[in-house]
Amino acid sequence: MATLADLNLDTDGYLADPKDWSPEIAELFAQELGIELTDRHWQVINYVRQEWEKTGQMPTLRRITKQSGVPTKEIYKLFPKGPYGKIAKLAGLGKPKGCI
Amino acid sequence: MADENRKLAIICSKGTLDMAYPGLVLANAGLMSGIEVEMFFTFWGMDIIHKKKQKKLKFVPVGNPATGMPNILAVLPGVSHMATSMMHKGLEKIDMPPVDEFLEMVHDAGGRIWACRMAMDMMNLTEEDLVDEVDGVVGAMEFLEMAEGAQIIFI
Repeated sequence: MATLADLNLDTDGYLADPKDWSPEIAELFAQELGIELTDRHWQVINYVRQEWEKTGQMPTLRRITKQSGVPTKEIYKLFPKGPYGKIAKLAGLGKPKGCI
Repeated sequence: MADENRKLAIICSKGTLDMAYPGLVLANAGLMSGIEVEMFFTFWGMDIIHKKKQKKLKFVPVGNPATGMPNILAVLPGVSHMATSMMHKGLEKIDMPPVDEFLEMVHDAGGRIWACRMAMDMMNLTEEDLVDEVDGVVGAMEFLEMAEGAQIIFI
């Protein structure tokens, strides 16, 4: 079983190359963040992965809440205290820089 | 991730379209990064939480050198309307939500929205005039109590 120490992370602790991502890696980050991943979490993570594969970018949090099927209130419950960064980490993307 | 105890208190005192966004953007960005947020609306900022005015905020180019428009033209009828609609288009292009949706986002994300009691009295407003996201009407002293330890941003 791999651990976080086996992964190639950037200086912020995010996955260095989004192409290395796998669902097992998301589980490792979830442990680090103290989040137990449910189907609703996966719905968000999978949506972000799909968008990233299409556009090469992380969608804005507004887009995630509008198009993943998981609204704002629930997003903040699923990924408490800073959802945007946590979603990016779980989806294997770098630290997000957007304003919205 | 942000420091667990970091908190922002944002005072919105202006009600033009261009001055509504900085507070909302900062509030939302704070919440997205795990920072607690209190927003306090006072004076012309009350328009941002006013049911009837919230969707009609205007961008006024008069006296704003950044627009590059001479004031003598900026005062003409229709100019403000045109500038406002251009700003709406620009905001839409960068995926910025309209003001009402933005305030709802901030509130759903756990940001608290407070209206200024003094401004309410001065403008003869009641809670019925304000949007549903408003958590309460407070005086300046109460707000300062809530903002204890927070970084205060005045807009």
